[in-house]
Amino acid sequence: MNKQYEIVIIGTGPAGMAASEVASKAGARILVLDEQERPGGQIYRGIETSPSVPGRDLDQSMANGRSLIKQFQGLNVDYIPDATVWLVSDKREIGYSREGVSHLMQADQVIIATGAQERPVPVPGWTRPGVMTVGAAQILLKDDGMAMKNAVFAGTGPLLYAAAHQYVNAGIPVKAVLDLTPWKNYLRALPFLPKALPRFSKIVEGWLMKQQISRSRAQYIKGVSEIEIVGEHTATGIRYRCRDRWDQIDAQHILLHSGVIPNINISRAAGCETVWDKSQLCWRVSTDRWCRTSVPGIFVAGDGADIGGAISAEQYGRLAALEAARHLGHISTVQRDIRSRSPRSTLNKELSVRLFLETLFKPPARFRLPRDKQTIVCRCEEITAGEIEKIVDLGCKGPNQVKSYSRCGMGPCQGRFCGPTVSELIAGQLKKPVNTVGYYRLRPPLKPLLLNELITLQNGTDLEKRIK
Amino acid sequence: MSAVVQTKTTENVNITIDGQKAQVRAGISIAASMMEAGINIFRHSPVSGAPRAPFCMMGICFDCLVTVDGVENQQACQLKVRDGMVIERQLSGPDTSHNSGGRL
Repeated sequence: MNKQYEIVIIGTGPAGMAASEVASKAGARILVLDEQERPGGQIYRGIETSPSVPGRDLDQSMANGRSLIKQFQGLNVDYIPDATVWLVSDKREIGYSREGVSHLMQADQVIIATGAQERPVPVPGWTRPGVMTVGAAQILLKDDGMAMKNAVFAGTGPLLYAAAHQYVNAGIPVKAVLDLTPWKNYLRALPFLPKALPRFSKIVEGWLMKQQISRSRAQYIKGVSEIEIVGEHTATGIRYRCRDRWDQIDAQHILLHSGVIPNINISRAAGCETVWDKSQLCWRVSTDRWCRTSVPGIFVAGDGADIGGAISAEQYGRLAALEAARHLGHISTVQRDIRSRSPRSTLNKELSVRLFLETLFKPPARFRLPRDKQTIVCRCEEITAGEIEKIVDLGCKGPNQVKSYSRCGMGPCQGRFCGPTVSELIAGQLKKPVNTVGYYRLRPPLKPLLLNELITLQNGTDLEKRIK
Repeated sequence: MSAVVQTKTTENVNITIDGQKAQVRAGISIAASMMEAGINIFRHSPVSGAPRAPFCMMGICFDCLVTVDGVENQQACQLKVRDGMVIERQLSGPDTSHNSGGRL
């Protein structure tokens, strides 16, 4: 083992960049790994390189992202972009792949800041070409300066409005926005409104976006309760139910969204305890107030632990780095506590709006759990809701047994797009809490590797000896 | 697929997609370049042979897999186009060697 770092930070979204800044300024020897070519994570993707996306500059959070990136680039840290992390063990061994070569290393402390992913949207036909996530459309816009004409946006959640609004603002024709937010959610969210006052601006911002979308040429249809993709090979349209009436809109591009959930694959494989969050309807990593997980020396900061948004993620990154630096002896407990005051107060303000948003945009069951048994749940292995039901009827008690029986969750995505659905389906059928049903056991490599990469591993660790 | 281009980088690179030469904007992902070239089916799933195309664009769904310079199963959304790149779509029927386990 050639290189040993005090802190290895995985991810350069807001949490990873903020953690890097705090940790390096505290004097720790750190390494930052990121899967992308440039820092920024998903939220601040390409903000330096694609300035000509109209309307983007107006966004205040983008100004914040730019300054974070600039600060990050000025740090004296080892930063490796284009690095795919495929191993984080409970002993804090880290394996990553870059340009077809894999490397292993050891860290004293690891801060996992791998952010969020979009929640799976298992509706009939969601695997057809032409169907993408709303996040995917945003990435195409941010990174590749490309947009899809006459698309239909369908789903629920702040990102749905933000992306549709971005399209409308950029003058890209949008065919329709199908809003699947149930009416009841507005009533349920109302009691949380007073608590959200410190970040009321966020709610106003969202409301204004909705107004602008409905004033555009796009058809804005509220109260949609069910959707399915139409098309024999590729998508040719979307059928939707609104107040017991089914209708159809022809479109080649369908963009789906039902909120974001923590990207838990790395932390789960490292052995960090995860719990089912009944409010956010997803698995999240159990962390304490310093982002420490159940595994000593491993932190999860930001949306990778618990969804709170970009500003919160930044604060969590700072808190994790302060505690890691204290643990390593770079700063004292008093220094840690003093320096944590400002991020904590920002965090409290940010989190004030979460319960309201979570309740308002809680995706309804029929958008999470397919009613039609033919609907594919596991995209990779093409396992349907009906097949999972049969396997559970045979006596399977959890996702791992279902996986052994059917290969559900065993494909290249490693359960990222079926895991939460499978857990919830099994729990529903067995009438058990999702927590007791559990989640897939995840093992490295967390992303597919060429065998050749494993054979030619750079830098040895105990793990390499074990493999040999 | 009907796609519009928002930003124009001045440079172009030459790539080959399924034997056809194409000029695409430099600095964009393989997935974006293929979509701009009008390709709407990227591969056939090895399980049923059903058509697939990019879904998440952030490297987690693995639906955009293509062969790049002879190396199979590369994520088109994660790799940027480079001059001279040879891209092939993975079009074929179901893979019979695919182990379907105890599939019901």
